[in-house]
Amino acid sequence: MATGIRDKVAILGMGCSRFGERWDMSAQDLIVEAFEECIKDAGIEKKQIQAAWFGTAFESQHVGLSALALPMTLRLPFIPVTRVENFCATGTEAFRGACYAVASGAVDFALAQGVEKLKDSGYGGLPNLGSNGGPAHFMVMPNMTAPGMFAQLASAYRAKYKIEREDLKNALAHISAKSHANGAKNPKAHLRKAVTVDQILASPIIADPLGLFDCCGVSDGSACAIVTTPEIAKSMGRKDLVSVKALQLALSNGYEMQYNEWQGDHFVTADKASTRAYAEAGIKDPRKELSMIEVHDCFSITELVTMEDLHISPRGGAIKDVMDGFYDATGGVPCQIDGGLKCFGHPIGASGLRMLYEMYNQLLGRAGDRQLKNPKFGLTHNLGGMPFMNVCSVAIVGRYN
Amino acid sequence: MVGIVSYGAYLPKYRLGRSCIMDAMGWLAPGLMTAAQGERTFCNWDEDAVTMAVAAAWDCLAGQDRSKLDGVYIASTSLSFADRDNASILKCALNLKDDVTTADFTSTQKAGTSALVTALEAVKSGDKRQVLLSASDARKTKTAWFHEMWFGDGAAALILGKDNVVAELLGAYSLSQDFVDHYRGTEGKFDYNWEERWIRDEGYGKIIPLAVKGALAKTGLKPTDITRIMFPCLFGRAHWEIAKSMGFTKEQLAGNMHEETGECGVAHPLIMLARELETAKPGDKLLVASFGQGSDALVFQVTDKIKNLAPRLAVSGHLANSRTEYTYGKFLRFRELLNTEMGIRAEVPMQTALSAMWRDRKLILGFVGGKCKACGTLQIPKSNVCVKPECGAVHSQEDCEFVGRPAKILTFTSDLLAVSIDPPASYGMIQFEGGGRMIMDFTDCTMNDIEVGVPMQVTFRKKYYDKDRCFTGYFWSAAPAFKKPA
Repeated sequence: MATGIRDKVAILGMGCSRFGERWDMSAQDLIVEAFEECIKDAGIEKKQIQAAWFGTAFESQHVGLSALALPMTLRLPFIPVTRVENFCATGTEAFRGACYAVASGAVDFALAQGVEKLKDSGYGGLPNLGSNGGPAHFMVMPNMTAPGMFAQLASAYRAKYKIEREDLKNALAHISAKSHANGAKNPKAHLRKAVTVDQILASPIIADPLGLFDCCGVSDGSACAIVTTPEIAKSMGRKDLVSVKALQLALSNGYEMQYNEWQGDHFVTADKASTRAYAEAGIKDPRKELSMIEVHDCFSITELVTMEDLHISPRGGAIKDVMDGFYDATGGVPCQIDGGLKCFGHPIGASGLRMLYEMYNQLLGRAGDRQLKNPKFGLTHNLGGMPFMNVCSVAIVGRYN
Repeated sequence: MVGIVSYGAYLPKYRLGRSCIMDAMGWLAPGLMTAAQGERTFCNWDEDAVTMAVAAAWDCLAGQDRSKLDGVYIASTSLSFADRDNASILKCALNLKDDVTTADFTSTQKAGTSALVTALEAVKSGDKRQVLLSASDARKTKTAWFHEMWFGDGAAALILGKDNVVAELLGAYSLSQDFVDHYRGTEGKFDYNWEERWIRDEGYGKIIPLAVKGALAKTGLKPTDITRIMFPCLFGRAHWEIAKSMGFTKEQLAGNMHEETGECGVAHPLIMLARELETAKPGDKLLVASFGQGSDALVFQVTDKIKNLAPRLAVSGHLANSRTEYTYGKFLRFRELLNTEMGIRAEVPMQTALSAMWRDRKLILGFVGGKCKACGTLQIPKSNVCVKPECGAVHSQEDCEFVGRPAKILTFTSDLLAVSIDPPASYGMIQFEGGGRMIMDFTDCTMNDIEVGVPMQVTFRKKYYDKDRCFTGYFWSAAPAFKKPA
């Protein structure tokens, strides 16, 4: 009988590059920047790493196919390295691979590293794949961009709960203002300027009703983790351990896009993945038990509806919680305490690991100006793809004892 | 009895107020002033002769049984493919059986009537039960020239057959003359035109009367026997003078539609005919003639069956659904006559995998999905495993057509980041009545037209154009639903 991942894996060390428009840095340079911090934190030697998982999404923009960029860059000693890609869940997927390797007893030390170098495309936003996105997609799917895919949540959410456009826009602006306030305190964040709700509301529309400040940064960056078992970590003399409590993934199967029930207003996958994650972690009341969350705020509307899919806000109740400041740094469940995708930035392959990096540092009391008081559980969430067809990952980490 | 069984038309929603051409280009060509009145139809960026032909054909099919069609003809001088059967695209967009004869009629302005004569002959011979003909044109012209003002874009379709004939063929007369008023070489992008006065006097002025006389002689009719006569003529005054010279009155002459649409090329005689059929009474005799390296003139007599035709939009329905633009730049850009910066985001690989297109042809061209035989769930695309969670039956789906099914917007956005010739790019998910949903591009609408719950219909459109390979990719988009014709 499966018992889940809970407390079978400890995070030994983590690293994260500065995110941003790193014009002077290649993907390889970013990998090294994150890895140097990580290996030092882990307190092991590179040769002790026995397996690695490497996450990149838009590989054609930078490192190309296969996992080779990781061992080639870090000069890893002929170990197994696997490249993973699962849309925006890629970083968490790499982490999951490393954790499963350790939990299975196959290896003692595993590395998960994600990287994305997006700012070599020559234009803003995510790369436009054209026919390279696959023939069926190219010939049939609409001419969509990421903000346009997610903006549709807003139209359906408004229709379902009969919300005035202005009320929704205000809540979305609050979400972005909060993330900017948090990001301003983060030296590694891409966007470090606090902005006001008025500035956000006055920003140009990108995909109706989302404006410029409803969209996250498109960034270069890398993040990584070295994991082991709690027993090994303890044997190394480590005391304050952060362990993995849950690792869940849920993928769409066409239900949203092709069956007739989903109303377009939320993420079916996030609902399922979070429910399973709470069970795996032994969390009964997430609203009370979670100390902090890092969710996939690719767009402000994504964050808003995710609050409901994670069972923290009741259905239709996210706007009230947002406006009440429940997700602010001083609120009941601080969300995006590091600035989120919105301000820390979103180098796709690195994002899941970047979120875990913040949770890990918060749990160890190392989050500087952003440090929350005595956090116990931190949840991370990624949502890759589009509202109607996506990959959702939910991870929960916490103090080990 | 051989003749017309059904008729339909399509005019693009966009109209260009001609005065804007004068406003923009009058400094260069002040003579444009003489033609700067009224408006002309023009294709949205995602429309062309083939998409209009499909739309007119669907209009024509209102209340008709598609399984009776065993021939599909398309007539146009502005087809997307020089070597790929454009009529086969039409046939697939109508989801017809494979064993039909398809043919493209092209290379002359009389191609529409020549296709009509050929279709009627095929039916008369008994080889074909019914032939659908769709004539369509969206001619490119140089800028700041009369043709840009005179021409319009549009299509008309007819079903020809022996049963349930609404307009019986009384006789047809064809004339072939290598009168080159204009031509476009195989490698040419635009027409080369000779002097208008010569075209008016030696062309229209002589060829049309010859053809009309031929048709009257063949049917034993006199001009006074004809209820309405329709023929294209770019020159308004000459149009009437030619009719008068043949013994027709103003009441008999159908207008050349310069004010409403402009001249729609190969489709024009058939658009005029469709317009007359909308209001024709049993017994009416209609004479239609074309002009282009000769002429075809055909005489039809309307029958009682015209009263039984199902409602359709035809010409008047499309004339009523219009949006007038006065932005000349938009007209030029839609027609690829203006080289605008589209940004690096637009530089994407555009190769079409022809083998994949062939596999998915029913979906891509016919918008055919699936219906699960086990649970009855409608779904598009059709797939091997039923999407209903409690069903999941394997290989259980039969073909299910989604064209014409009522649908409503479930989600939407208007996107200013997406590369678009008509920003913002609007798209979203539409839910079909009775089941099935799809995320689709929206067209023929502005941000203000779309909201959750707005009724939509699917329409066959150009999805992309691959400039490197000169390939037009087609699929279906969603547009705000037309009001049902009464």
